[in-house]
Amino acid sequence: MSTIPGLQRPAPVPNELTQPFWDACNERRLVLQNCTLCERLHYPPTPRCNLCGSSDSFEWKEAQGKGHIDVYMVIRDSRIRGFRSAQPINFAVITLDEDPGINFLSNLPGTPPGEVPVGAPVELIFEETSNGQLVHEWQVVN
Amino acid sequence: MVSDTGWMRNREGMGVWEHRGKVAIVGWGQSHMDRRWDGVALDRSCGGLTREACLKAVADAGLSLDDIDGLITSPETRAEQTWAPRPYFDPPYDTEDGLTKASAEWIQRELGLKNVKYFNSDAPYIGPMMGLAAQAVGDGLCETALVWYPMVNLEGRYGHNNPQNNNQEAPGATAFTLPWGYQNGAMFNNLVVFLQYCQKYGKSHDGLAPLCLNLRRNGLLTPWGYYALHEPYQLTTEDYLNGRVIEEPLVIYDCDRPVNTCAAFIFTTAERAKDLRQKPVYVLNHAQNNGRGRSTMATLDEHQEAVASLARKMWEGSGLGPADVDIFNPYDGYLTFTQQFLEGFQWHGVKWGEAHDFYAEDIRVEGPHPFLSSGGNNGTGRNRAVLFSDSIEQLRGTAGARQVTVRAETALAGCNTPDSCGFLMMSKHPD
Repeated sequence: MSTIPGLQRPAPVPNELTQPFWDACNERRLVLQNCTLCERLHYPPTPRCNLCGSSDSFEWKEAQGKGHIDVYMVIRDSRIRGFRSAQPINFAVITLDEDPGINFLSNLPGTPPGEVPVGAPVELIFEETSNGQLVHEWQVVN
Repeated sequence: MVSDTGWMRNREGMGVWEHRGKVAIVGWGQSHMDRRWDGVALDRSCGGLTREACLKAVADAGLSLDDIDGLITSPETRAEQTWAPRPYFDPPYDTEDGLTKASAEWIQRELGLKNVKYFNSDAPYIGPMMGLAAQAVGDGLCETALVWYPMVNLEGRYGHNNPQNNNQEAPGATAFTLPWGYQNGAMFNNLVVFLQYCQKYGKSHDGLAPLCLNLRRNGLLTPWGYYALHEPYQLTTEDYLNGRVIEEPLVIYDCDRPVNTCAAFIFTTAERAKDLRQKPVYVLNHAQNNGRGRSTMATLDEHQEAVASLARKMWEGSGLGPADVDIFNPYDGYLTFTQQFLEGFQWHGVKWGEAHDFYAEDIRVEGPHPFLSSGGNNGTGRNRAVLFSDSIEQLRGTAGARQVTVRAETALAGCNTPDSCGFLMMSKHPD
């Protein structure tokens, strides 16, 4: 389960496009689509490169797992059942160091709600969802 | 959304709109507005309110029902709620159609419309739908279109009825958002962009207070609006700053309040409009955005470029520029994104990062900068149509207590969000 008290994350349901991504998460690896023609990363997974439109030029590339906190808010009245028992809870946007045009969502496990150091470096961790599937998360580097 | 988007003007370089000034809005009707449907009064169901709004629009135009040959509406108005599985009522309220939606076929049957040759019950939400209606009339698919946009609100907390929010699984694209608490809709991503905006320009959430208060003020000058009807008091700055926090820093007063209502409009050709009851409001162009950001969250840079592109499309198709727009009614469903439109269209010279300073100036309808003279959705309830109806009233000179004192010959209105929206340029003059 999540290390955030009360949080029950909905579990991602892999499909044909995203199965390699979620399989890698279960191996505690973050992999992103890389278009070998454009050398451009893509996240979330997409059927086509958003630059050249190619659908057969993707490779899965392991990310280094380093990022920074861009902005954050605090969820206090969520519509999502699994989050209502964890409120208040951080909701942050993380930019990937190797390509800041790629961003991720994070609840910043280990950081008290509202005490988020904007601009701080974060590193990749993994957390369990409701059915055991791992998802990528981020925590502040101390 | 309609699957066929070929009618859209969503690319730069399309030139002046081929029907510029040849299509006009000649009728508007607004139904009663409540917070919710009580499930009892059938004249306040979606079908009942739609019927009311449509009949008012036809009467406003001075037309007969036999003049209507096009019917256009959007199904995306139900706030994720249906009446079922409860038992239905007697006909014509014996399905969802009539209770929580009102299709073209339902209205044709209910109003006994005999001459309809163009039906579209699958139009997008009202921003692009108004452009679709103008294009349909311009293209000759019909001569006189009845266009309506209901908003439905039943019992229960808004959004909490969505099965997605109560599911322990996150399928499809939600697999990359739902496990972190992201809610679909306009709230989260636009709040992220707003935070980036505040960070970049040194602004804060408090800077939205003057806009919120003025929208409520304008809303109270709108007799059919939710607050004028049901909660007729003004907000204070203290109310706003101490509002219940939804997702910090967003407070309840940043969010338009879901309501149960319907608005209808009549579009026809400029030629036909000449002899009708109302002064025609000519359509000079319509333009749409339907993009998305590169990654999980669209960014401030992406939203600013989206709105800048929308503005370029609008200027190109209408032949007008920022200084030509008198009335400006962009969407305010969450106050956190409205400044993107204000700055992107450079209304009254407002540049990137200057919106909060502008809000602190005189934006009253009596003043020199009557921004969102409609009161928006924040001031009248989440009906979206007010952006267009106020524009029409201002150009007709019939906005009553909200009538602006500055020039009112052109109006620009639209919704929803910077990366997904449709806007309409209107004018008192066809050229």
